[in-house]
Amino acid sequence: MTENPKITASKVPEIGKSQFELLEKLCNATAVSGDEHEVRQIVLEEVKPVADEVEVDALGNVLATRFGHGENRVRVMLAAHMDEIGFMIVKKHDDNLFQFERIGGIDERQLPGKAVLVGREHLSGVIGAKPIHMTTPDERKKKIAVDSLRIDMGPEIGDKVKPGDRATFATRFKVVGPSIRAKALDDRLGVAMLIELLKHAPGNIDLLAAFTVQEEVGLRGARVAAYRFNPDMAIAVDSTPAYDLPHWDDEDQNVQYNTRLDEGPAIYVMDRATIADRRLVTLLTDSAQEEDIPFQFRQPGGGGTDAGVIHKTRAGIPSISVSVPSRYAHTAIGLARIDDWANTLRLLHAALIRVTPDLLAGERRG
Amino acid sequence: MIDLSDLLNKMLTAPGLSGYESPIREIIREAWEPLTDDLSISKIGSLHGLKVGQGDAPRRRVMISAHMDAIGMMVTHIQDGFIRVTEIGGIDHRILPGQPVIVHGREDLPGIVAQPPGYLLPESVGDGPVEMKYLLVDVGLRPGEVAEKVRVGDVVSYAQEPLALTGEALSGHTLDNRVSVAATTLCLEALQNCFHDWDVWAVASAQEEETLGGAFTSPFDIQPDIAIVIDVCFAQGTGSSDWRSLPFGEGVGLGYGPNIHPALYDAFEKKAKELEIPYHRDLMPKMSGTDAMAVQIVAEGIPCAVLGIPLRYMHTPVETVSLKDIRRAGRLMAAFIADLKPDALDHINWEE
Repeated sequence: MTENPKITASKVPEIGKSQFELLEKLCNATAVSGDEHEVRQIVLEEVKPVADEVEVDALGNVLATRFGHGENRVRVMLAAHMDEIGFMIVKKHDDNLFQFERIGGIDERQLPGKAVLVGREHLSGVIGAKPIHMTTPDERKKKIAVDSLRIDMGPEIGDKVKPGDRATFATRFKVVGPSIRAKALDDRLGVAMLIELLKHAPGNIDLLAAFTVQEEVGLRGARVAAYRFNPDMAIAVDSTPAYDLPHWDDEDQNVQYNTRLDEGPAIYVMDRATIADRRLVTLLTDSAQEEDIPFQFRQPGGGGTDAGVIHKTRAGIPSISVSVPSRYAHTAIGLARIDDWANTLRLLHAALIRVTPDLLAGERRG
Repeated sequence: MIDLSDLLNKMLTAPGLSGYESPIREIIREAWEPLTDDLSISKIGSLHGLKVGQGDAPRRRVMISAHMDAIGMMVTHIQDGFIRVTEIGGIDHRILPGQPVIVHGREDLPGIVAQPPGYLLPESVGDGPVEMKYLLVDVGLRPGEVAEKVRVGDVVSYAQEPLALTGEALSGHTLDNRVSVAATTLCLEALQNCFHDWDVWAVASAQEEETLGGAFTSPFDIQPDIAIVIDVCFAQGTGSSDWRSLPFGEGVGLGYGPNIHPALYDAFEKKAKELEIPYHRDLMPKMSGTDAMAVQIVAEGIPCAVLGIPLRYMHTPVETVSLKDIRRAGRLMAAFIADLKPDALDHINWEE
């Protein structure tokens, strides 16, 4: 690796005990879009000792910069969103039960019978459902409407919870064999990786780490973060669904898996919001091949990341996304492989140390 | 003094699906050991605890039946490392997607119930509820390891941890019917310091949710003169507000209907009034949906009372109960039993 004079040596970040502890803390924290406070506090605590500049902007993004050294440093923005899907309490009913609205894309079929945590105090509640004994077969063929669901926090909740309070699924972080189970892996995996990369920042670039807000409600934080940073290029670091489940009839092959667990970081070529800059696709694939890191292409198609707004900011910013594949995003429990997380971190580091002014010197090609 | 929360937390974290009750039975056995004179296990797996009465032999016998089994699932198929399941007991498939579960394979494996995306399902599913046969359980292991550790026929239980809510409310899975086992335990504890003529047989019955197997067989062994069946009943809450549902945390249910001997109903009502224990008449116009459906027709027939602990969200992993009602049920049963005179049966008759 040191044979290439363009590559500035920097320690390769690894996943160890402290990385697991940090990810656990990040996943168990509550940060529903618009109320990212808890995760922001963790991020600030982690990045302040290592970053050269840290600011919290008007929307609540954390913008942390670590300058490299030497001439002609490329300004590379990395973006990972702090916010997660969740709920807002909208009404307290006479029976002491709370009506709620969903924030972010949550399938209403994922709600009944779940435990939740409400408000900054993380008070316990449950989303009840009608006993099966009281349902009819016809009724069970229809979805349970979200408007009919309530959060129950016990008969003496009083004023401890108010309309406007946010709630999340109550899932706690857990390591199971080769996997991690948690809520909000989308995108605490990205947040954790950005923190590691700041701690192991390569000297050849200026690393501009944006911990963004409000991704799940329209990529709003990333837009202003990209404007503020005014980078030469950007990589959105996220978690993308692995729909690698079998087809129901055992016969047909699942050809729309988006990504698969165990196949490494997912490199984006195109999603609904972004056509990745081909020079950056090549940077990532070359880096992976040179370092012997497994990778997969995310199946081109729907979905979007912070890159969707970053690449159209100012006069345009060459952008791409890289994601850790994970199952069951936007439900109570997500599942990702530890190896995919570690390899995504390695790939990002490998790519960053290979960034030179030459990479973006010419016109966009493809 | 038994700490009710501790006892419940211990019972709620133990599996014990219908037909597979041994883990929960061990915990109940430990709780009942100091409170009973004899413990035995029936052929079908129910736990019988005898507390001998202080009256002269031959003594009458009262049986308390509280089922200990839980609803859950069973593995039907393994496909590419994912597990397909069917239900044990009644489960509304609409509450399953995203639930934490434990697959009891060669070791206990924490799993997630996964709802596959629509394009992997028959078109008829659309964006509607996904039937249980199309759901998958993911234990986070690679296919080879799943094949080694999981077999068709392994049981799968809910894994939601118990949660304390405000106002002494407790939420979790399998409160149906561990709360009644807890109330029975409190009753046995209260009887330690009371004179009671009758022999008391406490039964933690097996297989209520599927076959009523325990309820059909234990009374045959024990031959009780009367039986108190205690189970959960519906409490008012989301989706449940009609006459079948009792107020939450505001007293026990006294079952009323064909499964219940009216004289026993009257005796319980009288005792509740006397002790100022809040109660509600729980109307059961046809079958009670409890062990009493079986107990009542064992051998020559057994007069039954049915006590109910109001429970929200029955058969979901977030069933919710008030600890107050568990204590009330335990106290009411103990007071009723302590009051049974040697000739009490003379008053349990059909002379209107």
